[in-house]
Amino acid sequence: MTGMTLAAAIPPIPAPHIEYLQLSPMLAVFGAALVGILAEAFVPRRHRYATQVGIALAGLAASFGLILYLAQAGYATTKADLAAMGAVAVDGPSLFLQGVITLVAVVAVLQFAERRLEPRSGAGAAVDAFAPEAAAVPGSDAERRAATSGHATTEIYPLTMFAVGGMLLFPAASDLLTMFVALEVFSLPLYLMCALARRRRLLSQEAAVKYFLLGAFSSAFFLFGLALVYGYAGSVQFGQIARVVEGTATVTPALANTTGNDALLLIGLAMLGVGLLFKVGAVPFHMWTPDVYQGAPTPVTGFMAAATKVAAFGAMLRLLYVAFPGLAWDWRPVLWGVAILTMVAGAVIAVTQTDVKRLLAYSSVAHAGFILTGVIALNQHGIGAVLFYLAAYSFVTLGAFAVVTLVRDADGEATHLSRWAGLGRRSPLLAAVFALFLLAFAGIPLTSGFTGKFAVFQAAASGGAMPLVIVGVLSSAVAAFFYIRVIVLMFFSDPRADGPTVAVPSALTGTAIALGAVVTVVLGVAPEYFLHLANQASLLVR
Amino acid sequence: MDNLIPVLVAVPLLGAALLLCGGRRLDRVGHLLGTLLAFASFGVGLALFFSMLGRATDQRPIHDHLFTWIPVNGFQAEVGFQLDQLSMTFVLLITGVGSLIHLYSIGYMAHDEKRRRFFGYLNLFLAAMLLLVLADNYLLLYVGWEGVGLASYLLIGFWQHKPSAATAAKKAFLVNRVGDVGLSIAVMLMFTTFGTFAFTPVFAHASQATQATLTGIGLMLLLAACGKSAQVPLQSWLGDAMEGPTPVSALIHAATMVTAGVYLITRSSAIFNLAPTAQLATVVVGAVTLLFGAIIGCAKDDIKKALAGSTMSQIGYMVLAAGLGPIGYVFAIMHLVTHGFFKAGLFLGAGSVMHGMNDEVDMRKYGGLRKYMPLTFVTFGLGYLAIIGFPGLSGFFSKDKIIEAAFAHGGTEGWILGTCAMVGAAVTAFYMTRVMLMTFFGERRWVDDAEGNQPHPHESPAVMGIPMVILAFGSVLAGGLFSINSSFVNWLSPVTGYEEGHSPLSTTEVTTGTMVVLVLGVGVAWLMYGRRPVPAVPPLGSLLTRAARRDLLQDDFNHVVLVSGGSHLTRFLVYLEGRGLDGLVNGIAALVGGTSGRVRRVQNGYVRSYALSMFGGALVLVATTLLMRAVA
Repeated sequence: MTGMTLAAAIPPIPAPHIEYLQLSPMLAVFGAALVGILAEAFVPRRHRYATQVGIALAGLAASFGLILYLAQAGYATTKADLAAMGAVAVDGPSLFLQGVITLVAVVAVLQFAERRLEPRSGAGAAVDAFAPEAAAVPGSDAERRAATSGHATTEIYPLTMFAVGGMLLFPAASDLLTMFVALEVFSLPLYLMCALARRRRLLSQEAAVKYFLLGAFSSAFFLFGLALVYGYAGSVQFGQIARVVEGTATVTPALANTTGNDALLLIGLAMLGVGLLFKVGAVPFHMWTPDVYQGAPTPVTGFMAAATKVAAFGAMLRLLYVAFPGLAWDWRPVLWGVAILTMVAGAVIAVTQTDVKRLLAYSSVAHAGFILTGVIALNQHGIGAVLFYLAAYSFVTLGAFAVVTLVRDADGEATHLSRWAGLGRRSPLLAAVFALFLLAFAGIPLTSGFTGKFAVFQAAASGGAMPLVIVGVLSSAVAAFFYIRVIVLMFFSDPRADGPTVAVPSALTGTAIALGAVVTVVLGVAPEYFLHLANQASLLVR
Repeated sequence: MDNLIPVLVAVPLLGAALLLCGGRRLDRVGHLLGTLLAFASFGVGLALFFSMLGRATDQRPIHDHLFTWIPVNGFQAEVGFQLDQLSMTFVLLITGVGSLIHLYSIGYMAHDEKRRRFFGYLNLFLAAMLLLVLADNYLLLYVGWEGVGLASYLLIGFWQHKPSAATAAKKAFLVNRVGDVGLSIAVMLMFTTFGTFAFTPVFAHASQATQATLTGIGLMLLLAACGKSAQVPLQSWLGDAMEGPTPVSALIHAATMVTAGVYLITRSSAIFNLAPTAQLATVVVGAVTLLFGAIIGCAKDDIKKALAGSTMSQIGYMVLAAGLGPIGYVFAIMHLVTHGFFKAGLFLGAGSVMHGMNDEVDMRKYGGLRKYMPLTFVTFGLGYLAIIGFPGLSGFFSKDKIIEAAFAHGGTEGWILGTCAMVGAAVTAFYMTRVMLMTFFGERRWVDDAEGNQPHPHESPAVMGIPMVILAFGSVLAGGLFSINSSFVNWLSPVTGYEEGHSPLSTTEVTTGTMVVLVLGVGVAWLMYGRRPVPAVPPLGSLLTRAARRDLLQDDFNHVVLVSGGSHLTRFLVYLEGRGLDGLVNGIAALVGGTSGRVRRVQNGYVRSYALSMFGGALVLVATTLLMRAVA
């Protein structure tokens, strides 16, 4: 009898409806990650490198192909909709950013696979930039044994695939819980990858621990914010939250006490913001960037700097534009402040940096500020501009860090700026390419950086944020100083006698750098098609 | 077929990229590759030309929009090409004469160790010049305009080991900069007035702009033309530009680039037609320069500088014609084309003479060369007859038309302009006869060069001879061909517009007049240089001669007014800057640097303090969000 009433009281849980086709780009990458783990367990050590690189590239290629197919089939425009019971949005921004992330990941995997830069191990095997055995204590016998026998941490590839999978989901997540899960899915592998440097392992591990601790801290904020917003809206789904905020939807009676409590909503929103601003590296949540960028293996730094920023800004756009447009009056002034602080602090602190990787880290902070101006625009131009900027910026970043891996001396990469003096005389081509990337960072016309900056500033100006644009232009001027200083150093200083050499990379890194340079020039000289594409993809589904 | 237009530009651009980036691997074939690509571009030009001829007159102009460089609201920077009769004429001239000069350079630069780079620069020049004449908007035209300036700078200073060449290159660059500022201001004025850079809408809406704006745009365009085309007052660089290799002087500083100013004025006819003040300024500039250049040409003993003076003067004719409005545009361009033939031929002849005379340029050390260089003598002689306007040859048709149009301008102005043009024709006959006599006639006055080598004048190789012969044919025939049935007028008038001028003098009277002054100029020159031996050391000469030898004191003028004036101004500004501005700038730099250093200390590496700052940041963020609501 009681059993029967219970059964009547609890409605049956319906099986969730999953649109596998729309989710297939992510599934392909996660699939590749799982296959990679199996390969790690079953494939003999000497075949692992080739197998893992193959699996990773195949997974990414499949994912990119599926993204193109979905976009072609109209899922970016007319058929854009929510999938998986409203948890994932398959629309223009999702597909555009997922496309960018997979391309970035392809280039990153090429760099991870580079094995010609490090001297060969004792056993004569070619080795990559990662620790031979990550679990061995730095400086221990175990480490030396692993190094001489030519072991390699091929787990980097499945880790990368998990990270990429999380990043694909992050900008597409359409409810807070999915977003949080995606955040963790891509963050955890990144923490590990940061610790894998072959040289200066203590620095690398320190960076990983810092990143992990601070990342956990920021995740806690995000999670707390999530709970508070749920308390207000009774839902974690963005569209539902927006409707509750606007007052066009009612919530479950169970939450009647808390619903409508604006303090919950506002504090929750601010805390969610903290979590996302940490990931994009905005001031004052940027402190981890220089340390982590410097300590992590340089190919990982490039991947992280490019792809994380793309994913996190995508998520930020969706959160602010879909869930909280009704609170624009509350969050825009706050973001104004953050953007100004970020642009100014990033540019100013970079002026006195002496390490290339730290310099690029602060430059990425400043760029986070520039992109924020596009987010603040709160119009469709703003979305298009941010999408374009992210695509442009990520390839410049990848290229720049790839160049850093090539300038080496006996201790590995020579990242101290003084050692780059006169590089233009010794390796004019490499220095010229790096100069191109720096000019793109500085936003000089005919490079992608200019087009991107122009687009976000224009969107911000039309969105009524003119003072922000002025601050942006002024900090660009400050930033130009340190970019140009590096160019001057490379081309107009005399080379040092004991200066670093420029390693000749294999086709892998060569492709990465060339791709970065080509994208930088094409998006600078003939950006019309891509601007159009970004604008077309700028409709967020709700 | 018609989407071949970008290929025209792309082919030489590819050549420049290959030759300049290709490295030593291409040293052995670089010159052949560069020449081949120039001819390929000419071939494409010819194909487009015949395709254009096959269409009805109103179908002839074609547009090819490539892409939008910066597509944002309110500012569209387009990259597109426009090929109409005017640009077609230039395309054929540039690629045709350009290819011949590439061919000639194979012989002329055979022993130069930087030969590959030379051909790379020549290709770069072709690409930039084609971009200039094919652009369908002023912004893209500006790109080509700066591109030819760059190529010109690189080629004048090609032998930069000579300090004189390096200086000349800098001088050309700086003087051109003044003109370029004019063009950029004109382009900006157009954008603020019409909201676009494209030719078609700008010309269509020109009549709606105020008179002051149109005059301003016209004068700024004229300033640009003065810089690029070496017109008074920005003429001083052309003589020094002769420091470049002779093929460069022939291509860039005689046939094509220096005529870009005439192209600019003709292209902007819709604006000039509505701005009488700018037109008046244009004819004054043209008339002054045509006399100015001619007088300089009379006094120079350096064969290339004499020809440079002549170039200045002939472009003066073109600018004068362009300033006359619809009665003159067609003839300006016609003279430009015929001049392209005969002046390039004359320069190549001069190069051939120098080639045989151990690079001697002083005509007082030539003499009697006609026996030693028959081919050069004949081709140079035909170019000479063409430029002085000998009946039946090219210059006769094109120059007489300009003189007639000048008279047809009407009123006192017309008489003044016509007389200037007529006097110019006499002086032209004089200085060109002088060049001819001093070089090819009279007794030999050769002297050993600095190393004691005796010159052994000899004919140049065929690779140099063939271009000279082809250009000589052009010098003889082009004018006649253009004039049969007014074919050139009919060809070009749909673009530039054409009105029959009403000259107070009939065509017969003008022709008779020019014949008289022609005989007069040749006669006087023969009396001075043909009948008497030419002294090896120049005589002191009159005050005017001495001034003309110093380029009519143009450098002295620039020095006193601009250089001294400028340095006084800068000294004053430096004083001001030291007192005020410098402190401000240094202060900002110190502020940024100091702040940077101080803020950097916050980044101490301890994760606990990072977490604290994050916590603080989160608190502030939450507080401000709440505060915003409270305030609102």
